[in-house]
Amino acid sequence: MNLATSVTSVGPQHYFILGAMLFAIGATGLLLRRNAIVMFMCVELMLNAVNLTFVTFAKALDDSAGQAAVFFTLIVAAAEVAVGLAIIVAIFRRRQGVTADDIDLMKG
Amino acid sequence: MSAFVAAVSPIHVNAVLFYSFAAIAVSGALGVVLSRNPVHSALFLVMTMITMAVFFLTLDAPMVAIVQVVVYASAIVVLFLFVIMLLGIDRHESLATDARKYQRPAGAALGLLTFIGLVGVAVGNWELGPQTQSGRAISATRTNPVTGITEHDNIRPLARTLFTQFAWQFQVTAVLLVIAVVGAVVLARRSARPTSARSTSGAGAQS
Repeated sequence: MNLATSVTSVGPQHYFILGAMLFAIGATGLLLRRNAIVMFMCVELMLNAVNLTFVTFAKALDDSAGQAAVFFTLIVAAAEVAVGLAIIVAIFRRRQGVTADDIDLMKG
Repeated sequence: MSAFVAAVSPIHVNAVLFYSFAAIAVSGALGVVLSRNPVHSALFLVMTMITMAVFFLTLDAPMVAIVQVVVYASAIVVLFLFVIMLLGIDRHESLATDARKYQRPAGAALGLLTFIGLVGVAVGNWELGPQTQSGRAISATRTNPVTGITEHDNIRPLARTLFTQFAWQFQVTAVLLVIAVVGAVVLARRSARPTSARSTSGAGAQS
């Protein structure tokens, strides 16, 4: 497959590279941002990139197990958001801020 | 690969669709990371998630696309916005000043390294072909018993996979959700006197 064909005909690897891009942006945001809520959004971004890869594999292999895996990712993400936002609310009640650098009580 | 491409006949339309929506998704992701206001980050997150639903549609997964819009782009982001508004933490975060000196360049370098590593895996030599012998094809044709029209069905094969092969895992996620709900309630509850809550719940049980 030459370069022109690989640009015009969209295959699974295009989706993989897009997923890699979104995952890397999410990971970078998780490392750079200090606001806990924005860090959570970056985690959601990374989970979404993984979902895209799962669905691409489901299509490429014609196997619905990949789409079933998306449901499990979704459930875990929902549970994570519910508990995580509750933790953020609890921290905010005590400290009037959710900057990750301020929460260093367990620092050695 | 060829079967994947041949599923859509106008190849260039597919490419234009993919690249334009990929641009929207990536700019939305960058918006999430770079906006100073958390509310703007949440709205950029909605943009990326709805674009992702479009990708799921192009990948023959309409059920996943609908769930993506309903659960991710609606419920989860509304939860984010609700917490932002509830706590009033939509103040601007200064991206320029940072207490730790090497954090920003190190974080950016690690993100770039992640991207390079993942692309290295993605462009590897994958053996991607339809493996129909697994019996879990993503789409099935069935004749509608009422109208007699042959239609493509995505939900039935997906449900069959989810509720037969992954039935045990599905039950475990139900337990996980219950634990998460109880944990969220316990964490977010104010540690006030529980007497008033008990009296109101008792009145509700009587009525």
